[in-house]
Amino acid sequence: HKAVKSAEVDGEGSAVEEKKMVKSELAVAFPPTFSVSEIKNKQRRHFMFMKLKQEKRKQKMQLRKKRRKEREALGDKAPPKEVPKTIENQRVYDETTVDPEDEEIAFDEGTDEFSAYFNGLTNPKVLITTSDRPRGRTVRFCEQLATVIPNAHVYYRRGLALKRIIPQCVARNFTYLMVINEDRQVPNGMVLCHLPNGPTAHFKVSSVRLRKEMKRRGKNPTEHYPEVILNNFTTRLGHTIGRLFAALFPQEPHFVGRQVATFHNQRDFIFFRFHRYIFKNEKKVGIQELGPRFTLKLRSLQKGTFDSKYGEYEWVMKRHEMEACRRKFQL
Amino acid sequence: MQHDDVIWDIIGNTQFCSFKVKTKSQNFCRNEYNITGLCNRSSCPLANSQYATIREEKGQCFLYMKVIERAAFPARMWEKVKLSKNYEKALEQIDENLIYWPRFIRHKCKQRFTKITQYLIRMRKLVLKRQRKLVPLSRKVETRERRKEEKALIAAQLDNAIEKELLERLKQGTYGDIYNFPVHAFDRALEQQDQESESEEEEEEEEDDEDVGQREFVAEEEVEESDLSDFEVTLLSNDQQGATEKVESERSRNEEEDEEEMEVQTKASRSKGKSPANGSAARKKRAYVEIEYEQETEPASKSRAT
Repeated sequence: HKAVKSAEVDGEGSAVEEKKMVKSELAVAFPPTFSVSEIKNKQRRHFMFMKLKQEKRKQKMQLRKKRRKEREALGDKAPPKEVPKTIENQRVYDETTVDPEDEEIAFDEGTDEFSAYFNGLTNPKVLITTSDRPRGRTVRFCEQLATVIPNAHVYYRRGLALKRIIPQCVARNFTYLMVINEDRQVPNGMVLCHLPNGPTAHFKVSSVRLRKEMKRRGKNPTEHYPEVILNNFTTRLGHTIGRLFAALFPQEPHFVGRQVATFHNQRDFIFFRFHRYIFKNEKKVGIQELGPRFTLKLRSLQKGTFDSKYGEYEWVMKRHEMEACRRKFQL
Repeated sequence: MQHDDVIWDIIGNTQFCSFKVKTKSQNFCRNEYNITGLCNRSSCPLANSQYATIREEKGQCFLYMKVIERAAFPARMWEKVKLSKNYEKALEQIDENLIYWPRFIRHKCKQRFTKITQYLIRMRKLVLKRQRKLVPLSRKVETRERRKEEKALIAAQLDNAIEKELLERLKQGTYGDIYNFPVHAFDRALEQQDQESESEEEEEEEEDDEDVGQREFVAEEEVEESDLSDFEVTLLSNDQQGATEKVESERSRNEEEDEEEMEVQTKASRSKGKSPANGSAARKKRAYVEIEYEQETEPASKSRAT
């Protein structure tokens, strides 16, 4: 304590001297309940904290070296490298995860609203529209979407109510209604409604990149039907959404076109990409991005066609319940 | 006593009126009892002791009247009459209440009443149509989501995932016979053969590379010579006339330099995997630069010659 006092008395003495004195202090034992945050002097506290960090780092390096030496010493008999923890590894097991062999789910999917499409009875026909008075970016986005999705038509929304549009669409044999909502001149939401009487999904759209903003992109997509890749849709809800996306595209892709549309789900964000691929040899494939890209986040899934007031919601994003745990995902 | 003219003199023209709003072309009156909304001698509720207005409250219209007899009692100054919801009946009511009043006030009252009913009708219609719902965004939540999205994008490794999926599909044969790659076992056998005779194949490949490089190099050079000579001719015809021989000798020396440089360039381009077309374009550009260089060093060469 005396030594510490003398250091304080020095007061404006050079910081280096203080530190040296404090260093010699460290040989002296600190009370066991001491923590760096108790020091009131900011400079000294900062210094002690840096020292603490350095110590920790040194110990970590030593541990690492030791482990590496052990591994080398053991040679082939060394235990396999530990896998680092990632969010995907640590994901809380979701009880609704779909088992590939689950009969109940297979039966469900055989008889749900998409069964008509998956049995080859209907061809997809998509109507793309926007909210009222769309601005340039949204309009261009819709046009590009229409080139990416085969058999898609863009119509201008003249302030019509969706509930009135839907019966007309059904009458004209549309299978999908896609409404891009716009806010501040930028698309920010999408309502995807499967038409005869199918579910309606509402997504939040973010990171929209139009074709001309993409680096190293290829030429415009052709009229060939693209293939579809759906990644990581594991839970029951994920399955439904996956089928929702799959039913946007025709069943028989044109492999000649070598175009592929990907919906990749990662941590409840669905990334959409559109590529052209070419197989260089059996082991290597080159892909070139064409087409717009955007990310979706599911906000709600409603049974039946669009009816925000009286519809029956199968799933609604409740932030406080669902986003409380960082390792728990819904899709 | 109520001197309207005096009041108007003060507030209307010279001194201050707190209800007056001045704009470039017009003066407006913000008084809620004003019938036209403009600041005029006949529209000012303060400067007219006999005045009437129509005001609307929660969809109900009222006729307000002010007479000079009640000017001393501010609490009771305005007389409020509820107007009927029926448009014609309300107009009759206005007429009946303002029966001996000046024409101006009667007319303006009716006008104002018409306007008010029209906008009430429009409000009722709009409520039936689609309402735009404004959802407030919380900034914290938005930044959090954006960050999560970025991290998810990095974790997704999209390109790898897509490539893997496509190769899987190729292996499973979903593409049928479109792609004529050798079958797996055949490939494996080939690989084994490769491993046995590794060194020989590498040498062959290297030789091929060298051969290919040299062949290209020679062809390019010949083309360039002719091109260069063309450039030469054009430039010299413009600048000098008698120094072609010296230039040609220089050219040969420079060509040797070029050769070395170009060799380096071809090797570099090979390593980078550029197509010969790119290389040749670069080479041609460099040749153009060489010409300029020659011109600069001409005097030096002359001195050497002499």
